[in-house]
Amino acid sequence: MKKRIASFLAAAALLVGLPLAAAADSPAAGPTVHIKNFMFVPMTVTVAPGTTVTFVNDDDEPHTVTSTVKAFDSEGLDTHQTFKQSFAKAGTYLYFCEVHPYMHGTVIVKAPQ
Amino acid sequence: MKRATFLEHVGWTGGGIAFAMTASGTFAAAAPGSDFTFVQISDSHIGFSLPANPDVLGTLNATVDRINALPQQPAFVMHTGDVTHLSKVEQFDSAKSVLGRLKAPLFVIPGEHDAIGTEGAQRFAAAFPNPDAPDGWWSFDRNGVHFVSLVNVFNFETMGVLGTKQLDWLAKDLAAQKADTPIVVFGHVPLYALYPAWGWTTSDGANAIAMLKRFSAVTVLNGHIHQIITQREGNISFATAAATAYPQPAPGTAPAPGPLTVPAPELLGRLGYRNVSFTGMHAAVSDRSLQLG
Repeated sequence: MKKRIASFLAAAALLVGLPLAAAADSPAAGPTVHIKNFMFVPMTVTVAPGTTVTFVNDDDEPHTVTSTVKAFDSEGLDTHQTFKQSFAKAGTYLYFCEVHPYMHGTVIVKAPQ
Repeated sequence: MKRATFLEHVGWTGGGIAFAMTASGTFAAAAPGSDFTFVQISDSHIGFSLPANPDVLGTLNATVDRINALPQQPAFVMHTGDVTHLSKVEQFDSAKSVLGRLKAPLFVIPGEHDAIGTEGAQRFAAAFPNPDAPDGWWSFDRNGVHFVSLVNVFNFETMGVLGTKQLDWLAKDLAAQKADTPIVVFGHVPLYALYPAWGWTTSDGANAIAMLKRFSAVTVLNGHIHQIITQREGNISFATAAATAYPQPAPGTAPAPGPLTVPAPELLGRLGYRNVSFTGMHAAVSDRSLQLG
C-alpha cells in the first residue's frame, strides 16, 4: 500500500512539475534488454545517468552480462533470470556474455540534451 | 565435415557404430580385442532442468552405469567439460557424487559452463583437483599413446582460445614425442572452425593443429556442441562427442545454438558416451547412445 501511495505522490509531483527528492535518491527505472537467440536486444541502449537497466535471459541457455572492463558482472543468468545494473556516470559501457563471448552489447549513458 | 547422429545410426546395438581412425586415412571397422580402451563423456550440464532434459543427473547416472558395465573397463574416463550448467558449488557437488561412482579413474577438463563468474574456474579446480595441471592443461602417457589435455575456455574473447602460454607449452610437449607416437588431444571447444558463427571454434586452434601435422596418427576429441561430428584433415581425425545432458541443433539449422527439445522417447538416443580402443597405434572410436544395450 505504501508503494502505491508513493507512486501516486510521485505521479502527482511529476504532474505539477515539482522536483522530487526521492526520485533522485533511487535510480530511475530504465529500459529492459532481452537476451534472445544469443543476442542482446536491443544491442545498444542509451539512458540518462542514474538509470537502472534490466537484463532478462529469454534463452534456454545461460548467459552473463559482463562488462569488458569488469565494471559489472551479472554472473550466470539462468533462463528467465534478470539482472539489474544502475549507471550513475556518463560514458559508454561495453559488455559481453562470458559464456558466449561473441555476444556483445553497449549501454551509452549521457545526460538528456 | 560429417554429421553422425545416433539417430542416423539405427543399428546402434551391440558394439555401436565404430570407425577406426588410422594413419592411412581410412575409416574402418574397429578391430576386436584391443590393447586398451578409454572412454570420453561430455557436457553433463548438472543444474539444467528445462524440458530438453528435466533429469540431467539421471542421464549422467545412466551413463556411469553403462561405463561401469563395460566388459573391458577403460584405462580412464575423460570428461571433456561442461560438467555443470552454471558453475555453482552444489552443481559441482552433485556431479561429483555421480561421477564418483565410476570404477575407472576420472579426468575432467573444464567447459565454459564450468568457469562462469569470478569464482567458476576456482570452483572447478577445487571440485576436480589435478596436481599435474597447475595451469589446467597437461599431458600423460598410457600404453605408448601420448595424451594431451587442453583448455580452451579460459580467457574467452570471441571464441575458444588456447593462448600463447598454452601453445608454448604444447610446442615443447610435442617436440619430445616421436612422429609415429599415436597422439590423442582432448579439449572442450572444437579446435578447428567447425561452425564459427555459433562460436564452435578455437580462434588460435590452427596453431595447435599445425604442431600436430607431423604425427602419423592424431585423434582430437572434444565436446561443447552436443552432437557427433567427425572431420579429417590429413592424419588428424577430429570427433566431437554427444552430451549426457541434451542435444543441440545441427550447425546452422536454428537461429542459435542451445538445448534442443526432442520427443521424449528420442532423448536417450541422442545422449551417450564414446569408447575409444587402441589396437597398436590405431584408435577406434565408437559412439554409443543411452537408448540401447
